[in-house]
Amino acid sequence: MLNKYFYLILIISLVFAISFWIGFNVNLLPAEASINAPIYDELFKILFIIGLIIFIGMTIAVIYSLFKFRKRNDQIGDGIALEGNLSLEIVWTIIPSIIVLLIGLYSYNIYDRMGGMKDLNHNHEMMSSNTEKIWAGISQTSDNEIAINNLSIEVSAMQFAFLFNYPKGNFISGELHVPVDQKVSMKMESKDVIHAFWVPEFRIKQDIIPGQPTILNFTPTKVGKYPIICAELCGPYHGGMRASIIVEEESDYNEWFNKNKKPEVNL
Amino acid sequence: MTISIDPQKTNNESLQPKGWLRYFSFSLDHKVIGIQYLVCGFLFYLIGGTLASAIRIELASPMSDFMPRDVYNQVLTLHGTIMIFLWIVPVVNGAFGNYLIPFYVGARDMAFPRLNAVAFWLIPPSGLMLVASYFVEGAAQAGWTAYPPLSITTPQSGQIIWILSVLLLGGSSIFGGINFIATIIKLRRPGLKLMQLPMYCWAMLGTSLLVVLSTPVLAGTLILLSFDIIANTGFFNPVLGGNVVVYQHLFWFYSHPAVYIMVLPAFGLVSEILPVHARKPLFGYTTMVFSIMGIVVLGLVVWAHHMFTSGTPPWMRLFFTIATAFIAVPTGIKFFNWVATLWGGKISINSAMLFSCGFIINFVFGGITGVALAQVPFDIHVHDTYFVVAHFHYIVYGGTVFIIFSSIYHWFPKVTGKMFNEKLGILHFIITFIGFNLCFAPQHWLGLNGMPRRVAEYDPQFQFVNQISSLGALLMAISTIPFLINVFVSVRNGKDAGDNPWNALTPEWLTSSPPPVENWEGEAPLVQEPYGYGEEISEQK
Amino acid sequence: MTTLDSSNEIQKNNSEVDESHEDFRMFGLITFLIADGMTFAGFFAAYLTYKAVNPLPDGAIYELELPIPTLNTILLLVSSATFHKAGKALLKDKNSDSQKWLCFTAFLGIIFLICQLFEYFHLPFGLTDNLFASTFYALTGFHGLHVTLGTLMILIIAWQSRIDGGRLSSQNMFPLEAVELYWHFVDGIWVILFIILYLL
Ligand code: HEA
Ligand code: HEA
Ligand code: CUA
Ligand SMILES: [Cu+2]
Repeated sequence: MLNKYFYLILIISLVFAISFWIGFNVNLLPAEASINAPIYDELFKILFIIGLIIFIGMTIAVIYSLFKFRKRNDQIGDGIALEGNLSLEIVWTIIPSIIVLLIGLYSYNIYDRMGGMKDLNHNHEMMSSNTEKIWAGISQTSDNEIAINNLSIEVSAMQFAFLFNYPKGNFISGELHVPVDQKVSMKMESKDVIHAFWVPEFRIKQDIIPGQPTILNFTPTKVGKYPIICAELCGPYHGGMRASIIVEEESDYNEWFNKNKKPEVNL
Repeated sequence: MTISIDPQKTNNESLQPKGWLRYFSFSLDHKVIGIQYLVCGFLFYLIGGTLASAIRIELASPMSDFMPRDVYNQVLTLHGTIMIFLWIVPVVNGAFGNYLIPFYVGARDMAFPRLNAVAFWLIPPSGLMLVASYFVEGAAQAGWTAYPPLSITTPQSGQIIWILSVLLLGGSSIFGGINFIATIIKLRRPGLKLMQLPMYCWAMLGTSLLVVLSTPVLAGTLILLSFDIIANTGFFNPVLGGNVVVYQHLFWFYSHPAVYIMVLPAFGLVSEILPVHARKPLFGYTTMVFSIMGIVVLGLVVWAHHMFTSGTPPWMRLFFTIATAFIAVPTGIKFFNWVATLWGGKISINSAMLFSCGFIINFVFGGITGVALAQVPFDIHVHDTYFVVAHFHYIVYGGTVFIIFSSIYHWFPKVTGKMFNEKLGILHFIITFIGFNLCFAPQHWLGLNGMPRRVAEYDPQFQFVNQISSLGALLMAISTIPFLINVFVSVRNGKDAGDNPWNALTPEWLTSSPPPVENWEGEAPLVQEPYGYGEEISEQK
Repeated sequence: MTTLDSSNEIQKNNSEVDESHEDFRMFGLITFLIADGMTFAGFFAAYLTYKAVNPLPDGAIYELELPIPTLNTILLLVSSATFHKAGKALLKDKNSDSQKWLCFTAFLGIIFLICQLFEYFHLPFGLTDNLFASTFYALTGFHGLHVTLGTLMILIIAWQSRIDGGRLSSQNMFPLEAVELYWHFVDGIWVILFIILYLL
């Protein structure tokens, strides 16, 4: 009897150990380049470990049963006439419920830290006209939220390109340049069909929906050049609808900005 | 009309051609209709699989070189639509449902045999129409989700044919659902209680409820969409003041339940197969029934998890996250019960058993990635990437298609009276299992690292992993060869199976194999313990 | 065909199944009506969402006059009652009475449709004018289609309830009951539609 439980516990701890080891040592994600990314990766790690435990556990149970309880050649007759076991069934109802609930609460916490729970119609400085309704997006909280230099960019998406309008510099660029460690605030609009703005290294994505201006805020943390990918099927050239985001030191950014800046035209 | 009493029908029946020919003609026999569903579905599976192979060939290299870009979009749209509406849904519901449900409720036919035949005969023309639309002006190319405004602005004839075809298939599915509900609830043999029905009946009852409640919404939505395309209205056209997100809500209100329409019957089938080959009663019958109904109820209120990046308000995201993740609980109950059914049995390791166990392993994997996708912050990164493609192929292929093969092996002796070749069956399993995992497991990594779905061209850095995936697809294509050989050879030259080669206790086995036209020579047997396996009972025998 | 014969035997003995015969056709119809109702539910949901989140452009016309739809509501409610009368009459084997009530019901249905068309022609907006107009026509049009079908079916069963040669009688009430249920359903939908579209 003791032996049986001993093996059970041994196997369970082994499954846990393997899952934790894989969870901490196997990196499946691209570089982390925004303040969202580490938060996301934290969630990913937890989900990955829990998922591994359940998956490995179930797989072992199935394969073990196939071997242990397989019908040998000389055997006839049936297995045990076991129709159920209420306490066992209650256990495996409750444990997944708790896991799922905890995961849900935890991911709520993560989402809040990413700024997803913010009411967008209030905290956005670009909303000059109060009548305009902002539909959705991710608005990120960060320590430098008060930064006056808060960068505002207007993104328009069309088949099959992104255009980035810098209202303060009065110019339009096909590449998105942003300074590192500063909050960027984008208002996105689509000219035709649905597109989506995705930067894998930032772990953010937002659909750009025609007729619904959308806000997306993020703060890059790492200098470099990253792809901007359209993630919503938008026509034949959807696969080619890409742009780059260039995160650079503030001085480099200013240089680029001043080079492109156009004088204000008074209408 | 119910049970063969109708003299008109009996005459009809004796005029029907016999042998293989009857499967190609209009018939009211539920068994014939079931086989018609299966064969028709399988042919469309070959078409859909050929399209999938085309996708994988295109993606073997980073450039868009195998076919033009718009053709690629047509191919993936047709692949998704055919696989879902013409293969999975008709086969797990229509084929096995029609064949088995009348046996399970102790009836001689479905409640409405004519409606049943109509439901089937809607499928081939609409499927052919869909395939033929490719040759008109190009098929639909907005994905199987047909999101406007893209679906409004792409070439119209293809999209309209797509809508028409999906409407007809939806109608077929609704007729089928009505028929199943009426058969299970009203046509039960006197003395057979609901809680004595085999699990597949419960699964079909739940599925049919979902069909009846959600498919009409899709029909309504597609009608509005077709107005947008033909009549220039603006329901979903932002230029005319419409709202594209409303379409997404309506579409997913159907299409999320649709995923349970694709998998609940498979849950039912596996509940029939495992006890027979493990020689044990189904573990936890009552909780199994409640978990099916739990999935049905929860399944109706989680649709917006497909729209986490579409600008849904925060509270809505939160609600849909929790509701979605909770589906893991009733689903988990079922999986634990199945493993407990295996535990302590005397398991015959044969093709049906292997495919069922493969199903358990694959589905748990796909379900876990599903629960991860349900978390809003997680989904934001991987939405519309290959991670999602991997998630659902793990479930639809690794889950449902595995169970379809398992069921074909399990019921092959029933339908034909012949045994199939077990060795070829196991070979089929091994190639399928390896090919499948090789094809779809790497796609998780692709999605996480930045490869969006529905693209014909991608970053060269992803080439190697994509080629592994394409190799897996090749293996999957090869794996159909032993299967087809097995079926064709065994139907003609297989060993005689006898009436009940598995010594199963569910009602369909308690008649000759293949069954007579009216299912039983005499009165239908009353089976109150479809899973009465176990030592005591076998001793009595 | 011995199998068939023996099964006919069983069928005769097994009176229980025979009796449930009528019943489950009705059951099937109810299931179908639930499905049909879900189509309307989808339309209503879309309409209400549009109303809540999609403001109409300035100058869009969306006023509706009440008199005709109110008249239509009354017409349909009365027609439900007359249909019920028809059923009662048939049950008492008064076929010609039943026929009269059915014809009257169909007549009310036709008036309803005429009024509906009249309203269509006098509305200040067309199908594609704005979102409200489109949803209005889609909803009422889809309902009108149901009324048209219903009216046709009523005319058919009215024809079938003639005394000699008709299939409908107190022994075979099912067609009448089925169409009646359908008709009440269509009425019910209209009432909801009237409240949501015209009154809200
Ligand atoms: C048969 C089909 C099927 C089934 C059954 C499922 C089941 C589930 N799906 Fe999946 N899904 C699809 C088919 C299916 N899905 C398709 C086709 C798409 C893409 C559509 C498109 O965009 O084209 C999709 C997309 C999709 C998304 C959207 C992704 C995106 O586009 O961004 C999400 C997000 O929540 C999701 C979640 C889930 C969940 C939580 C389940 C759950 O039901 C899974 C529950 C099962 C388990 C969890 C495993 C067993 C449980 C245990 C062993 C218990 C212990 C487990 C835990 C405690 C976690 N699915
Ligand atoms: C529901 C069931 C289902 C099934 C079973 C499959 C099966 C397969 N799917 Fe499918 N897939 C979907 C449903 C399904 N898929 C859906 C809904 C989408 C989304 C579409 C969208 O985005 O809109 C999709 C999208 C999709 C993509 C993503 C496309 C993209 O986003 O760009 C890919 C890519 O690898 C893929 C691959 C495959 C492969 C390799 C198989 C294989 O398992 C297929 C194996 C079968 C065969 C290979 C058949 C063997 C036969 C032959 C080779 C032909 C012989 C011919 C004759 C004898 C005539 N699928
Ligand atoms: Cu833009 Cu895809
Ligand atoms: Cu879903």
